[in-house]
Order: sequence, then structure tokens, then C-alpha cells
Amino acid sequence: MDYQLLVDIFPQVLLDGIILGFMYALIALGYTMVYGVLEFINFAHSEIFIVGAFVGVEILLSLKGAGLLEALPWPLVLVLILAAGMAGSAALAVSVERIAYRPLRQAPRLIPLISAIGVSFFLQDLIRLVESVWRNAFNLVYPTLDVLNERFELTSTLDVSVKSLVVIVAALAMLWALHAIVNRTKVGTAIRAVAEDQAAASLMGINVNRIISLTFLIGGAMGGAAGVLFGVQYGLINPYSGFIPGLKAFTAAVLGGIGNIPGAMIGGIVLGLLEAFAASYLSLLTGGAFGAEYKDIFAFSVLILILIFRPKGLLGEVVRERA
Amino acid sequence: MSRYPVRVTTVLLAALALVALPAASHLAAQGKGTVKIATQSPLSGGQAALGEGIKLGTQLAVEKFKSPLEKMGYKVELVPFDDQAKPDVGVANAKNIIADKDILVVIGHLNSGVAIPSSEVYKEVNLAMISPANTNPTITDRGYASVYRVCGRDDVQGVVGSEFAHGSLKAKTVYIIHDKTTYGQGVAEFFKADAEKKGVKVLGFEGTEEKSNFDPIITPIKAQNPDLIYFGGIYEQAGPFFKQAREKGVKSKFLGPDGMDSSDLTKIAGKAVVGMHYTSVAGPVSVYPQAKQFAEEYKKKFGKNPEPFAAQAYDATAIAMKAIEATAKGGKAPTREAVTTGIRGVRHTGITGAVEFDAKGDPKKALYFVLQVVSDNPEKWGDNKEVKRLVIAAPSK
Repeated sequence: MDYQLLVDIFPQVLLDGIILGFMYALIALGYTMVYGVLEFINFAHSEIFIVGAFVGVEILLSLKGAGLLEALPWPLVLVLILAAGMAGSAALAVSVERIAYRPLRQAPRLIPLISAIGVSFFLQDLIRLVESVWRNAFNLVYPTLDVLNERFELTSTLDVSVKSLVVIVAALAMLWALHAIVNRTKVGTAIRAVAEDQAAASLMGINVNRIISLTFLIGGAMGGAAGVLFGVQYGLINPYSGFIPGLKAFTAAVLGGIGNIPGAMIGGIVLGLLEAFAASYLSLLTGGAFGAEYKDIFAFSVLILILIFRPKGLLGEVVRERA
Repeated sequence: MSRYPVRVTTVLLAALALVALPAASHLAAQGKGTVKIATQSPLSGGQAALGEGIKLGTQLAVEKFKSPLEKMGYKVELVPFDDQAKPDVGVANAKNIIADKDILVVIGHLNSGVAIPSSEVYKEVNLAMISPANTNPTITDRGYASVYRVCGRDDVQGVVGSEFAHGSLKAKTVYIIHDKTTYGQGVAEFFKADAEKKGVKVLGFEGTEEKSNFDPIITPIKAQNPDLIYFGGIYEQAGPFFKQAREKGVKSKFLGPDGMDSSDLTKIAGKAVVGMHYTSVAGPVSVYPQAKQFAEEYKKKFGKNPEPFAAQAYDATAIAMKAIEATAKGGKAPTREAVTTGIRGVRHTGITGAVEFDAKGDPKKALYFVLQVVSDNPEKWGDNKEVKRLVIAAPSK
């Protein structure tokens, strides 16, 4: 075995894992916040996430078509697509809640879950329909801004591209903003109150429906931001691209302790790292017997182990003790 | 007024319509019946560019060659099916196809992994399948009388690739990625076996179904810095992989099999794939002098350049029409059995060259190309440079 190689790639794999982890963390927040207030899994969140990516690519393509892509300063373009992606996904998340979940709120818990799965399929094919009519395309390519692909060599074995830095900075900023909203504002207090006890919160004068919509809005916006960052980082999206990252992010939310916001962030990063290390190291360590295709099996085996010993996830469920 | 008479009228009208409809359609097909030609290829999803080319190539051929059959009193129809590049969908379509007695031949598929299980279904009723694009050896090695292809095979194509890698690119080390499908993994294994025989060091052999994030696969490749990366798979996955590899600073040369052969590769990967080589069993239309008219008609009718395999589908259809015509000449209605047997005897010089089938259904001699991507403009895919052209007989086993 080539030990030098194992050591050499370590920092790069760590960085790849962290970037992937931040992406999972941003998506996982949507699952965990909704679970926190409604105790149900919004399976349509993977499509809400990818809609953000589609809004981003549509804006980039329109700018390119108008010849503005090169003319505008790139940080402005990035802020523009991030904001638009967040707005698009947030609006979608709120409408999905209003149309598909709110009428079912009093129904047994499995019913909105099934509704969510239905919405997920519906949205996948709706995106596909719209894109095939609008652009006659299935795979959409993010137009490349050359400046984003520039790389800095930190050491001889580690380099980082501008877009990776953008992903990390944007994800950190989002997570910090979310943390501030939930813990330091009146609205955040209201969200936490609704999560703890809906009935009591409404008796205290909190408009529960509004707070639930707001939760979907924030979760959707985080998902949309993740979608845009996903597109910028990996370059190619299609209507079904959201499914696997969505599933992984849901797993990350469970890993961190579903309903728990810091837990979702930690769960995302742990899962991202597990996946990156498994994909890069498995075939080197086993001499090719197990290749990168086993990365999910490895990552999920570790996940099962963690959940056996900590059934409530890494940070546990801090939100409630409900009677 | 009572609503009763209205209801009676409605029921009567409905009944009349039921009786009249079959009568009307019978009137339309007044002649001896309908001859249907089915296509199976991905018409939706990420591989639709090639799949659509197969359908449109067939459509053009049906329109061009249908008049003799029409003169005999048959109506000729094209029935396109979308196999979505998925084996289960292909088999489900195949069951519908064999249920329609008018379908006498299937032109398809794009993916070997779809063609193999689907052709098991066609075989049940002895329905002929002529493949324009499937290169996996298993397709014909099963020895089914109803299975034909007009293109070459991966056990040859993989070797053509490794010979080029070793002889022309002078690669000493290679890293192989494949997509875990019958086609992709198959051709990658043939490439690997022959490369090792030639003394090229294989640094890694990695299968992945990943479609977007290739970072963790690229990192070990970059650290080992192979002379060449071979991707056994299809452009929709290879495109993002090559793009991300270049963006991450990988300097190795790229090589792939005919799954790279679509203008969508440059649409996805842009500059990253300019200068890369790929082997193919289907040259771009520009390398076949006889295909010029075909390319012009295609462009005029469908408003785009023919994708690779469109010309092969055109030729496959021409062969099928010839066989149907021959069996219909005696005045008897053509049957699936007669068409299946008839195809073996067809000698056809089409736009991609002369085709003559051997006992297994392979073309006796097939063309193999090594091509080089010349431009990051998808419109210019047809101008890709022909680096090498080989005529190789199908291996006899």
C-alpha cells in the first residue's frame, strides 16, 4: 500500500468533505425545522432544494443570453442568484405547506407524509415539464464564471478553488443568520414556542399558522441557497438531482437529532466527511476490492452504528417533552 | 320537460360512436393491413440526445423507403417507444411491442443494459431487433436468431482504445472509471485487460453511479497523476466528471468509448474535453461520403444536425424495410418469422457502408474510429477529427 499517497490526499479529502457537509447541513435545516414545529418529514424538501438550483441557472442563462454575465461584477451575480434561488424556494415551500399540508394538519401523521411524497413526485415532473418546454433540455449546465474556477495552492497537496470558498463562506453566513434569527429575535422565540407546544403558544397570542408558514419560508430559503451553491459547485443539474442529496440531508438531520438545529449542521458535516473519506479511501485501503461505489454503504453503516448507541442522534432531541 | 329523451339520445349516440369508430378506422386502412416499425431508445432524460437521434434517423428511413410497400397496399407506420435508458422500462415497452401484431421489427436500443433484457422478450415471439448502437458482446453472443446489430463490438472497441492509448498517446499509466452498467463496465474491462497486456499500469479501476459530485473520486486520481483517464460510460456522466477533473487541476489526457459520442458532451463539459480522444463504432456523419445527403435532409426536416447513431438507425431501418418488402413480394402478408429470417440474407450498402450479417447477427466487418474533439461548440461536434479508421472483422468464437 502506498502510505505516502494516503497521507498526501488527506487534506484535500477533508476539504471536499467539509464542502459537501455544509451543503447537506443547509438542506438538513429545512427537514429539521419543519420536524421541530410539525413533527412530520417534509419529503418534498429535496425538490424545494433543487428548485433553487433551477432558479439560479435560469438567471445565469438569461444574463448570459443578454451578454451581461461577463459585464457584471461576479460577486454581484453570485448575490443575485443566491437571493433569487432563496426567494424561489422559500415561496415554493410556503405554497406547498399552504396547499398540501395545512388542510391535513389535524389528520393522522401518516397522511401529510404521504401528501409530501406525492408533492415530491409532482414537483420533479413539473420541473422536467417546464424545462423541456422552456429550454428543451434535461440536464442544465451552470455557465462557468472563470474567476470562480481559479485555484489557490495552499500546499503542494492542497488547493482550493474560489467557488469552494464561496460555498463555505455563504454556508457559514446562512447558518449564522439562522442561528441569530432563531435565538435572538422575537420571531425566533415564537418559532421555538410553537415547536414546544402549539396550543399553549396560540393561547399566548402567537399566530401559529403564520409561524408555521415562516418556518417553511426559512427552511425553504436555506434549501434554495443550498441549491444554488450545489449548482455552482458541481455544475450540472437535472430535475431529479435533488432526490439523493435530499435523502442524504434528511439522514444528516436524523444523525444530528431531528428537530435540533445545531444537530442538523453537525450531522451534515459528519455525513459529508464520512462520504468523502469513504469514496476516496475505500479503494486505496482495500486494494481495489471495495471501490468508491461503496461510499454510501460505508457512510450509512456508520450512521446505523451511531444511531444504535445514540438513538436520538448526536445531539439528541432538545426540543420537547410533549405530554 | 323530462330529461329522459336527452339521456336516450346520449346513449344512442354513444352506441353509434362505438360501432362507427372501428368501421371508420377499417375504412382508412383499406389495403392489406399495416406494417409497423418500432423504435426503442431514451427519448427523455439525460441521454435523450442520442436516443432521439435514433428515432429521427429511423423516421427518415421509413419515409424514404416506404413507397414500395405502400404500392403493395400496406400502410407503413413508425411507433417510437421511450425506454428512458432503464432496463425495466425497456422490458415493459417490449411486452407492449410484442402484443401489437403489426410490429414486424424493432430498431433499438441505445444502451446494451436495456437491449439485453428487452431482446429476451422479442425472442419469445421471434421478433427481429436490429440495433444501431449496442456494442456489448453479449448482445449477439447469445446466438439469438432474432438479434442483429449494424455496429461493432466492445471487445474490439476496448482493444482499439488501449492500442491507441499505448501506441499513439504513449500512456504508461491509466486510471479507469466506469458507470457500472453492462455497457460501460463491459468496455472498461476490455480496455483494462488489453492495456495490462501491453504493459500499461492501471492505477485504479473505479465504478460509480454518481452524477454530480466527483470530488472524492478525483482527489486520489490527481494525487497519482496518471498519463490517461479512461471513462467507460456515457457522456451525461462523463461530461461533469471531465469538467470537474480539469477544474480541480487534473492534467491527464482523457479517453472514452462511443458513449462519449454526442454533442451534449461539449455542451456539458465545454473546454475541458477539447482535444480529448474517443473511440467509436459510429463516425460523425461527415466521415461517410454517402451520408451527406442524409445529413442535409435530416437538418432540413428536424432543424438540427444528426447525432451519432442516427445514420446507423437509418441504415438498420433500410435493411428491415428491404426484408419486409422481400417477404411481402409473394403476395403473402409479411410475418415476424419471415422478416427475422429475411434480414440475415439482406446485403445492403447504406450510408454508413456495406452491411452483411454473420451467423450471430454481427456485421461481418465493422468500422472502428478514433476521434478527437475539436471544439467546445456543440454545433461543431460533427467536425470532430478522425484520427484513425479501422475495419475489423467480428471475432469468431
